[in-house]
Amino acid sequence: MRKLVLLLLLVISPLKAEIYNIDQLDLKGQAGKVVYLDFWASWCKPCRESFPWMNGLLTRYPADKFTVITINLDAETEEMHRFLEKIGADFDIYHDPSGAIAEQFELEGMPTSYLIDASGKVVRKHIGFYTSKMGEYEREIEELL
Amino acid sequence: MTIRYQWLLLASVLAVSGCSSLGVKPWERDILARDDMLMDADAFDLAFDEHIYFSKEASSGGQGFAGGGCGCN
Repeated sequence: MRKLVLLLLLVISPLKAEIYNIDQLDLKGQAGKVVYLDFWASWCKPCRESFPWMNGLLTRYPADKFTVITINLDAETEEMHRFLEKIGADFDIYHDPSGAIAEQFELEGMPTSYLIDASGKVVRKHIGFYTSKMGEYEREIEELL
Repeated sequence: MTIRYQWLLLASVLAVSGCSSLGVKPWERDILARDDMLMDADAFDLAFDEHIYFSKEASSGGQGFAGGGCGCN
């Protein structure tokens, strides 16, 4: 009975975001899964709008085939925590305060997201987040699944 | 190539590339995006500046920005 209650709690309790250092990011380890990789920051307003949508993606697509990974580029860690407390995230966050990885990806705007297929190839790149294009983004994901 | 030309070439390469890394990267805009970085963040300060400007130039306005810099208005 106790086990059942625990299991039930585990299922019901909302998923919580884990925050990692950017050094721990291992995109190759995600091979076999379609990855939605998103670069965001607390001060970026469209990023705020993308969070509920990204949380929703995790509930709609199977966890063994799809995942959302985000990279936070806030220089101040506190700002990131404040944002997460307010908005809430169910996916893993990698913190890159120096922007080194953003430099590697040569970001042109905030937010920027990449859709990576199961073989690890970047298939799409979105600069900015538009609520009017959410259907299109989802179609692109579904095509890869 | 004489040494003089080599120096000239070096100087011109430096001069041309000198401004190549100017500007703020998209992910570095956090401080600029803060409300207190607005030109008109402090109403009192703005009124004060406007008063001086008006007194000196006999004109007012031009302190703020309209629109978000997209060039559409």
